[in-house]
Amino acid sequence: MNITRDEVLHVATLARLSMTEEELAAMTARLDALLGYFDLLQAVNTEGVAPTTHPFAKAGALRDDAPLSSLPVADALANAPAATTEFFVVPRVL
Amino acid sequence: MSLNTMTIVQAEKAMAAGEISAVELTASCLKQIEAVDGRLSAFITVDEEGALGQAREADARRKRGEARPLCGIPVSIKDVLCVKGMGATCGSKILEHFIAPYDAAVIEKLKAAGAVILGKVAMDEFAMGSTSETCAFGVPENPWLAGHVAGGSSGGSAVSVAASEALASLGSDTGGSIRQPASLCGVTGMKPTYGRVSRYGLIAYASSLDQVGPLCRDTADTALLLQAICGHDRRDSTSMEMPVPDFTAALTDGMKGARIGVPKEYFAEGLDEEVAAVARRGIEALAKAGAEIVDISLPHMPYCVAVYYLLATAEASSNLARFDGVHYGFRADGCQSLIDVYEKSRSQGFGAEVKRRILLGTYALSAGYYDAYYKKASQVRTLIQEDFTAAFKQCDALISPVTTSPAWPFGSGQDDPLALYLSDILTISANLAGIPAMSVPGGFSGTGLPIGIQLQAGHFNEEILLKTAHNLERELGIGWRPAPVA
Repeated sequence: MNITRDEVLHVATLARLSMTEEELAAMTARLDALLGYFDLLQAVNTEGVAPTTHPFAKAGALRDDAPLSSLPVADALANAPAATTEFFVVPRVL
Repeated sequence: MSLNTMTIVQAEKAMAAGEISAVELTASCLKQIEAVDGRLSAFITVDEEGALGQAREADARRKRGEARPLCGIPVSIKDVLCVKGMGATCGSKILEHFIAPYDAAVIEKLKAAGAVILGKVAMDEFAMGSTSETCAFGVPENPWLAGHVAGGSSGGSAVSVAASEALASLGSDTGGSIRQPASLCGVTGMKPTYGRVSRYGLIAYASSLDQVGPLCRDTADTALLLQAICGHDRRDSTSMEMPVPDFTAALTDGMKGARIGVPKEYFAEGLDEEVAAVARRGIEALAKAGAEIVDISLPHMPYCVAVYYLLATAEASSNLARFDGVHYGFRADGCQSLIDVYEKSRSQGFGAEVKRRILLGTYALSAGYYDAYYKKASQVRTLIQEDFTAAFKQCDALISPVTTSPAWPFGSGQDDPLALYLSDILTISANLAGIPAMSVPGGFSGTGLPIGIQLQAGHFNEEILLKTAHNLERELGIGWRPAPVA
């Protein structure tokens, strides 16, 4: 076993996904098979190899810290399932 | 000749000569969509009125002598790119009612050039898939053989071009999503170098791999569409400040002086015989055109599927956290708390494959597993990149198959995700290395399905790809052929 039902449930909670017991069992079986396959990477000697996060070192460059125009508030709110004229609305938190 | 089967080059010539108008060309595409899309399901949204309006404007511009390349050319857009005022579903129920509030950078460029946007085309949900079968709004069908997949994730893009509904399309490629459907549908597709084209307004899947690119009818059209979408954009921090060459000028006859590499790992066991034969004919064709053929090895190739699915899902788990039931149109009914909003909206809005990849990525990034999975995969990625760097010291471009087989029947990969993931093995290393890669039509299977040939080159060397593709077209005599649909 590479991953258990309880671990999948834990990860699902982190990812804010809920599943029925049946979906959980199917997901566990599939993730288990995939993680089993990924084990082939353990055979690669990566001692002293720097990890790559982007194809180029230059990628991720920052622009000047100067204010620029952005999307108007009304446009940004237009797709909200619930909004006031200025804010997204969610169920009461406090 | 029906107008909708023209290449961009042919249509521009005919419009410049006053033989046809952009309105006639656009109407001809809309008529084809009306006739065949009920069966092929390439389109999610068709903007008939908007397209005809843009075509009228294009004709007016041409009359004023202000026509630029692509003026009046009808194109389709993968539903992962934002077109202001139109839906951008990403093939997902969670974005069913989302209306894009702005244009993606590539759409700004197309609009500025005067291109006509016909509508938005189908794709695997959030670009996660190899068949477009996870699209929540109709699954595109291969126009060459009924009951067969179009490929994915840019399946709608490939079908719309192959089936003469659009002259060209923009797709996105994270692990082969432009090249694979292009190969399976008999059109030309290119993933440009990472950083060549702005992703501003592209809904992100895996940000260290995603790239926008063209799907076209031939190499000359690909050069034109690529030319129109390239260039630095400060709104995408990965966009590179590089000079953009004249891509059409790269389409010269003959391959003398060019070294073309044949990577042996791409011809490994399990490769379909007919697919291998097409690639071999491509190698012979380039040799005939004067290229020197050299043997190449990319020893870390067998690890690329594992590396890709760990890194892509990790990035996806982070990128897709923004779909929370608060910002983008969909919220589940009956939510009592904020956590409820997140959990119910995401659980109801995402399909099974997207959930699987989010969970896999979350797991790979979670405490205790980060080193074994994400970090290990990032290190092996470095080794894969080094393989390519070494290869491009020995040759100018690589030639190989695009896919391990021609298109397959619907439903065949559903019970074994690993088998479907492994079918991406020939395309994903280009994304891991950030290099440009292209799929060019190369031949057909005995059952009449198209088979493509893949070309890959070093960073920012799209010109050698286009030159090689142009010479393949000439030598193989396989240019644009419309799919046999009514």
